[in-house]
Amino acid sequence: MAHISTTAQERSLWDRLVNGLRNIAPIYVVLILLLIGIGTQNPTFLEPAGFLNLLRRAAPLMVLTAGQLFVIVTGGFDLSVGSMMSLTVIGASLLINNDPANTWWVILVLFGIGIFVGLLNGLIVSYLNVPSLIATLGMLLALRGAGLYWTGGAPRGYLTDNFRMFGRGWLEPFPMIERFPYAVLVLIVVSAAAIYLFNQTNLGKQLLAIGDNPRASRLAGIRVEKMRIVAFVLSAVTAVIAGILQGGFGGVNPDAGEGYELQAISAAVLGGAVLLGGRGSMPAAIAGALALEALFTLLNLLGLPKPLRDAVQGLIIIGAVAYAAYRSRRTR
Amino acid sequence: MEPKGQPQAKDTFMSAITWTNVRSRVRESKIPPVYGILIVVFVAAVVLDAIFGRGQITSGTILTNMVVRSVALGIVAMGQTFVMLGASIDLSVAYLISVTAVMASYLMQGDPARVPLAVTAVFAIGGVVGLINGLIVSKLKVNPFIATLGVGLVLKGILNASFETFVGAVPRSFQTLGYGTLGPIPISILVLLAVTIVSALVLSRTRFGSHLYAVGGSEITSRLSGLRTDRVLILAHVVCSLTAVLTGLFVVSRLRSGAPWVGTDGLYDLESIAAVVVGGTALSGGKGGVVGTLAGVLIFGVLDTMFNQLGVDTFLKQVLRGAIIILAVASYTIRSREKAA
Repeated sequence: MAHISTTAQERSLWDRLVNGLRNIAPIYVVLILLLIGIGTQNPTFLEPAGFLNLLRRAAPLMVLTAGQLFVIVTGGFDLSVGSMMSLTVIGASLLINNDPANTWWVILVLFGIGIFVGLLNGLIVSYLNVPSLIATLGMLLALRGAGLYWTGGAPRGYLTDNFRMFGRGWLEPFPMIERFPYAVLVLIVVSAAAIYLFNQTNLGKQLLAIGDNPRASRLAGIRVEKMRIVAFVLSAVTAVIAGILQGGFGGVNPDAGEGYELQAISAAVLGGAVLLGGRGSMPAAIAGALALEALFTLLNLLGLPKPLRDAVQGLIIIGAVAYAAYRSRRTR
Repeated sequence: MEPKGQPQAKDTFMSAITWTNVRSRVRESKIPPVYGILIVVFVAAVVLDAIFGRGQITSGTILTNMVVRSVALGIVAMGQTFVMLGASIDLSVAYLISVTAVMASYLMQGDPARVPLAVTAVFAIGGVVGLINGLIVSKLKVNPFIATLGVGLVLKGILNASFETFVGAVPRSFQTLGYGTLGPIPISILVLLAVTIVSALVLSRTRFGSHLYAVGGSEITSRLSGLRTDRVLILAHVVCSLTAVLTGLFVVSRLRSGAPWVGTDGLYDLESIAAVVVGGTALSGGKGGVVGTLAGVLIFGVLDTMFNQLGVDTFLKQVLRGAIIILAVASYTIRSREKAA
């Protein structure tokens, strides 16, 4: 195939370039294309303030996707995170009870609930051997019911400003760009922690190994049950964080997290994660979540009505995964 | 799972009816173990109702109602069993049910003469959706979870962009499907039974049925053995979509008019999957069947009826439902050596 006249050095340079490009996860290319698309529609989005705003809106999904990836690489699903987000918002509004002084201990309680739910998910999957799809689906129904039961059907009260600060507040003054959203600060911290856990510690490698081959991992000395539980706890904790951000951004809404579980799974898959486990990249998954939100923004800017955005989202998710499947078949 | 040696007919005939005897006979008859759970749940419902409720749960009307409520979920759960036996899954059914309900009432506009046209149209739509699902899963090798979720989103988008609320109506004659009776038996129950029996026969007596179990058991082995695995999987998806259409027709015949949210509000996607798994079909495919699914659906029906009789809070009902789904599945996964993911 190569041109006969090409010298060895030229070819190696060319090959290296091609290989380098091939090794870039396609999601980054998609993300850049989407951002360019947004830029052509409304250039203010690419200015620092506009871009931070985009990130702020994307933060809940990005955080949630980071948590979901821990579960996905082990070969599982966590469908309960959307309900967990809603429960966080509902719980916050009821427990804070309109008194800003309550905010801090309430946040601790919410994390406690999250950890408990994650533990329960993990225990059910690890020790009752219930497939995670069913276990977390049951949890989805149970948490949704619990949230609505708690409020008696209609949420009361409002979220105090110091609680909503995380979702919609700005850090002012901030050098260079005047102000910086708290949500993005949270996003950076969570992403850094998730990437560190996933790439730099044994945890990430063990979770990947479990997803690849649970039996081999067990024989290699990995405590499969315990690690799975850790993954579900991480996922539930990110759901609480996402709920706090979303509650701050959108206020009290009993459906605050509805549909987020499937979006998070889609985002992780867009970022190259393989459902049923064994493969996934944390930065790419988080980029996948940003790409999904960028897509919504772009479709919005293009003036597409909300329903059609759903349709385009569906097509793009299928297309992206089909392309990834095609690529992996070709390389094999 | 099946007992290896079959006792001689004579032995079974001669021996006295002992517990082990009954047990081995039940095993031989291939009744799925989920029927044990169904009986336990039903007995519990009767006892609880006698103590805390009005003790009417065993009355004919309530029992009939219990089954009628299960029909919508039951029909689509049969189709979901097909795809899950093939180690696939269909998350688009809830949206397809909405599409069917809306399109049927939109096309019928209350005119009995337009019923055949509308029914043909919605089954055609269902067939195409199933074909698309199957093609994406088998030819493009997209994970079925993502593929059918994506197709569902596309359906949802198109539907919500075209219709906002209840549209059209079904004629009175069409409501026979939802409310009519044949003698003392509601037609809807007969429809559910017919779908179950046909599905069971297709799975046990046809080549497609055996191939589906083979593909679900091991796709690679089946392909290497010369099966056209793609076709089997595509056909399973078409069957599933057609049952979703039938559920949609049943739902709209009871509601009189279709709205874009009837399928998703009924949670038919997740609940049908739950019913199939509770019914004993493995998520990994190749094991199970529609007879078990029927019991899974009836368990949900019994629980719903019991909660209503006892006046349990609507939201608390959801919590209990979630817990029971997990426990029912746990009751047979807990002993399995195979670790779930």
